[in-house]
Amino acid sequence: MSTASQATPRLAPGRAGVKKELPDRFKDYRHVWVFLELERGNVHPVSFELLGEGRKLADKLEVQLAGVVLGPPGEMVEDAVAEAFAYGADLVYIVDAPPLADYRNEPFAKALTDLVNTHKPEILLLGATTLGRDLAGSVATTLQTGLTADCTELDVDSDGSLAATRPTFGGSLLCTIYTLNYRPQMATVRPRVMPMPQRVDKPVGRVMRHKLSLVEDDIVTKVLGFLPDNQSAMANLAYADVVVAGGLGLGAAENLQLVKNLARAIGAEHGCSRPLVQKGWMPADRQIGQTGKTIRPKLYIAAGISGAIQHRVGVEGADLIVAINTDPNAPIFEFAHLGIVTDAIRFLPALTEAFTRRLSPHSRDKLAS
Amino acid sequence: MHIVICIKQVPDSAQIRVHPVTNTIMRQGVPTIINPYDLFALEEALKLRDVHGGEVTVLTMGPPMAEDSLRKALGYGADRAVLLTDRYFAGSDTLATSFALSQAIAKIGETFGRPDIVFTGKQTIDGDTAQVGPGIAKRLNLSQLTYVAKIASIDLKTREIEVARRAEGGTQLLKSRLPCLITMLEDTNEIRRGSLQQALCAARSQVVKWTAADAGIDDLTRCGLRGSPTVVKRVFAPTARAESAAQIDTAEKGLQDIADELIADILTRRPALEHELAFKSGT
Ligand SMILES: Cc1cc2nc3c(=O)[nH]c(=O)nc-3n(C[C@H](O)[C@H](O)[C@H](O)COP(=O)(O)OP(=O)(O)OC[C@H]3O[C@@H](n4cnc5c(N)ncnc54)[C@H](O)[C@@H]3O)c2cc1C
Repeated sequence: MSTASQATPRLAPGRAGVKKELPDRFKDYRHVWVFLELERGNVHPVSFELLGEGRKLADKLEVQLAGVVLGPPGEMVEDAVAEAFAYGADLVYIVDAPPLADYRNEPFAKALTDLVNTHKPEILLLGATTLGRDLAGSVATTLQTGLTADCTELDVDSDGSLAATRPTFGGSLLCTIYTLNYRPQMATVRPRVMPMPQRVDKPVGRVMRHKLSLVEDDIVTKVLGFLPDNQSAMANLAYADVVVAGGLGLGAAENLQLVKNLARAIGAEHGCSRPLVQKGWMPADRQIGQTGKTIRPKLYIAAGISGAIQHRVGVEGADLIVAINTDPNAPIFEFAHLGIVTDAIRFLPALTEAFTRRLSPHSRDKLAS
Repeated sequence: MHIVICIKQVPDSAQIRVHPVTNTIMRQGVPTIINPYDLFALEEALKLRDVHGGEVTVLTMGPPMAEDSLRKALGYGADRAVLLTDRYFAGSDTLATSFALSQAIAKIGETFGRPDIVFTGKQTIDGDTAQVGPGIAKRLNLSQLTYVAKIASIDLKTREIEVARRAEGGTQLLKSRLPCLITMLEDTNEIRRGSLQQALCAARSQVVKWTAADAGIDDLTRCGLRGSPTVVKRVFAPTARAESAAQIDTAEKGLQDIADELIADILTRRPALEHELAFKSGT
């Protein structure tokens, strides 16, 4: 993607047709790697999603899938290794050392870069989380290789190159990007873009342990503390099974209560389109879409949302999309599964009531019997 | 204190339309803006200058017309503007961009004094990669503080900085060393309104214009298309889904009936949901 000058997607002659001539020094780069992100003792689910995707790429290339676990010595790392095998890794590289207890760029970038230089993967995938993006950017720069951010699709081309597809121009278009003459080919993928893979029945794999070539005294940045979000009621939209969202069509900040009421009645998370965040009607962590969260719920109900492409890319993975909009020609009806052309402000309370009736203890008993 | 801030002129992508037939971008008349995230960084830089004194230099790499953005930044109160512009930069990906910018920052350091902090926005709204900041930090060997929500303190004597940074699942409090590179989060600051005097100054002040050679870049193979490992092979519009939404008929029905019908429809399509919703709403 062109980040320079005027951001033209340059299909300059010569560029689109670039042929692959992999320099000799890269010829022995093989295997697909997935970086496993540890978040307060647990593996971030995006890492499993990536292992699922990595498995497909590795199978196509007929190479191995390896996980990379960086962390402090102990249980946390061992658990992550077991999880990596359970989600399909053939092999796990571990660097465990005390400086890797909390994420900091320096020791993590050093550990990952050293691993890559030693074992030479041809593809390296990371989650497009704050950690993954922080790490991927410096590792790619050190390795002087290509990095494609926030991919929505990964595939292997007929000549074995990684074809990484990502939204461009604020989501209005998609582009497919190759890293032809450099290795590894690096990409990040946002949480919930790829489906969660099945766990493997009897996971087995090899472990390769490495040392960190850095000690605490070499590291300039120190961690002073951590304030977890669960103490501040932050939204966990990305992993919610049911999401109700409101858009500008709701007209006023007060009307968002209607969305929250419905969400509460069906045990859902609530979210919104971007203009609502810009107006200060909802906090930024509730925004769904290209510059907000990608969601993958079983049910998504969108009220008063037009369905602009930047919103669409964030919700397309939902199993069932229900749209409520006064405009029968709103773009959201092109990708929703069920649509109602009506005033959401009047309809949301009715829907909340109907759900409450349907899900009342009485009908729940009926279900159980 | 010398602060360098990297900004980018971007098309106001809210106004970009894709040609329905040719799938190409219709950019005629699309206005350009300063990447909004960069403005948060600029405001933070100006606030730090208010407190600690010193100078703020804005830097952009782009075509000659990117000078407009620099003038705007001067209007907000930046002290100096540098435009890095050369046809060799055309088509740069993030690796080539961070190379060119880091070279220019090094040159700014030699010319106007070494920066204590380099700022970027957390990402651009057109590229969206968040990679250029980390790339610059790595090349200049600056400690890297990304997704910073708040600068808690700076001690110019001990050269220490404390920041709160957005992390997965929470906020990390970090202490690091100057010089550093900071990428700034969105919800921190509104950009100030520049004074009339600043606007007048901005209109009059010189923008420093550097070519690749001026910035001391002698290896042009690391710039532009040639210096970009990533290659855009194909640009295309997302495919439309074949069928559009099944519409529930709302004519001559009460809202409750429509709601019941919708719920029935949802649960027919996804029967497993009934149990799940009942369970969740009960908890
Ligand atoms: C770089 C970039 C990134 C972006 N990122 C995101 C993102 O992450 N997420 C995002 O959502 N957007 C994003 N956008 C913005 C996006 O382009 C749209 O502007 C936005 O999604 C529109 O929000 P909306 O549908 O709520 O509002 P509108 O487009 O104003 O649509 C409101 C809709 O409500 C309907 N309506 C009006 N009254 C009623 C009523 N009473 N009942 C029911 N329906 C009613 C209207 O028919 C209309 O369809 C981004 C834009 C850019 C340029």
